[in-house]
Amino acid sequence: MNITARHAGTLVEARGITVSRGGNVILASVDVTVGAGEIVTLIGPNGAGKTTVVRVMLGLLKPDRGSVWRRDGLAIGYMPQHIHIDSTLPLTVGRFLTLGAKCRRGEAEARAALDEVGAAAVMETPVQAASGGEFRRILLARALLRDPDMLVLDEPCQGIDVNGQAELYRLITRIRDRRRCGVLMVSHDLHLVMADTDKVVCLNHHVCCAGHPESVTNDPAYIALFGKQVASTIAVYHHEHDHDHAADGHVVPLGRGAVPDHDRGQAHDPQGEHNAHG
Amino acid sequence: MDDFLVRALVGGCGVAAVAGPLGAFVVWRRMAFFGSTLSHSALLGVALGFLLGINLNVGIFAVCAMIALSLVAMQRRARLSDDTLLGILAHATLALGLIALAFMETQRVDLMSYLFGDVLAISANDIAMIYLGGALVIAALAWLWRPLLSATVHEELASVEGVPVTAVNLAFMVLLAVVVALAMKVVGVLLVTSLIIIPAAAARRFARSPEQMAVLAGVLGCGAVAGGLWGSVVLDTPSGPSIVVAAFALFLLATAMPPLMQPR
Repeated sequence: MNITARHAGTLVEARGITVSRGGNVILASVDVTVGAGEIVTLIGPNGAGKTTVVRVMLGLLKPDRGSVWRRDGLAIGYMPQHIHIDSTLPLTVGRFLTLGAKCRRGEAEARAALDEVGAAAVMETPVQAASGGEFRRILLARALLRDPDMLVLDEPCQGIDVNGQAELYRLITRIRDRRRCGVLMVSHDLHLVMADTDKVVCLNHHVCCAGHPESVTNDPAYIALFGKQVASTIAVYHHEHDHDHAADGHVVPLGRGAVPDHDRGQAHDPQGEHNAHG
Repeated sequence: MDDFLVRALVGGCGVAAVAGPLGAFVVWRRMAFFGSTLSHSALLGVALGFLLGINLNVGIFAVCAMIALSLVAMQRRARLSDDTLLGILAHATLALGLIALAFMETQRVDLMSYLFGDVLAISANDIAMIYLGGALVIAALAWLWRPLLSATVHEELASVEGVPVTAVNLAFMVLLAVVVALAMKVVGVLLVTSLIIIPAAAARRFARSPEQMAVLAGVLGCGAVAGGLWGSVVLDTPSGPSIVVAAFALFLLATAMPPLMQPR
């Protein structure tokens, strides 16, 4: 990956990021670049430093060495990995959304954002009452309310079953296609993510390998990290579905799910080269 | 009604009206122990006030603010958990305060009135102080409301969305220090936290938005002050503890009652 020249479409570029904590090197000279309309996925084992990369790129953490360049006025929509809202806080989903929006946007925008992620039904419910899948979508809606040039999603599918995960990844791809925003994503779900990712960065404290999903999955460093077994499941995974799911998980007829008009099967396409509106 | 009782009611309600909304944030942010630590350190502020011959409220505020700031600094360095740090600070400062006051035997310091409050001895000056300080706190809280609520929900998300989280958190601690200083006269250093968190906890059942909970906490706090004073007159009980018991009774009542409004 050549990152010496910064392309016009570059949104964020991290170079030579090094972070150590208490004598342990968490990140060693990591380079990650995200361009407009590009989905970049960080994969790697637990404790590989994926979230640290995200925090550095968001500007939440200052690296010991290295630099982060962000395009001027870059609007970032961020979806954190964990979020716990104390049950004593009386907050509806709608209020949670408008709280994060740019300059006091109204309920209508919040509703539209919820609609876009297929969770419009939960607008008035207390935010703590949302299910795991609903809550991830709510967080995504809050990120969208920022009119982001770039989405930063830290394990967007945490706590969602495998079918719901495929749906959510398809949704993320569609949002990218519609809004032409860049996406930086952290994921464990190798087999689900690969298809729609433009660039994979395989991380284990350093960048083991990076590039197009196809080239990465054949990279010896990748196979060494995840094992041949896991690496080979990527092409094998296939999921037949004769129904869809609403955001709350109940079964609805095809095409009536929380993710409207989805192009079935494309998320399972290991080539990752397709047109979502095709 | 006697003059001193009217003054007690007016002053007590002024404190409760400010302590309620701030208490809501203390509850949401799980900072009850932090509030408790601040109030324990208030006794050291009393001693400082006597020592320097300055207004006791100012002394308390100065010490509380210092404790809050040093806690933030210690959190960044120390490897101890927050509640251990708070426990250390709470009791170390209380013990220091008790020792400092013991040295002032000649001044006939009425220790009990600082530990448990002396609302019936509240003066017109105290009331002026409470309402001036209280108005400042409420104004600051209204100004900080949105970023503070945002940081309460999730600090990193708020930070990415442009909220100056550290500054907002520090401002909140300073406001809390002001409330502790104002409330000490009413319920004393050992009971201040209860006036901050109990009305807010009682309000939770009936609130459907953060704003409702904050306002209701203030109202319930005033109810607790009125009830406690009434009980203290009728039963001839100490006023500060009576107010706290009244707040506790309100809390039990609120917990036992079915929620008035179900979410739609």
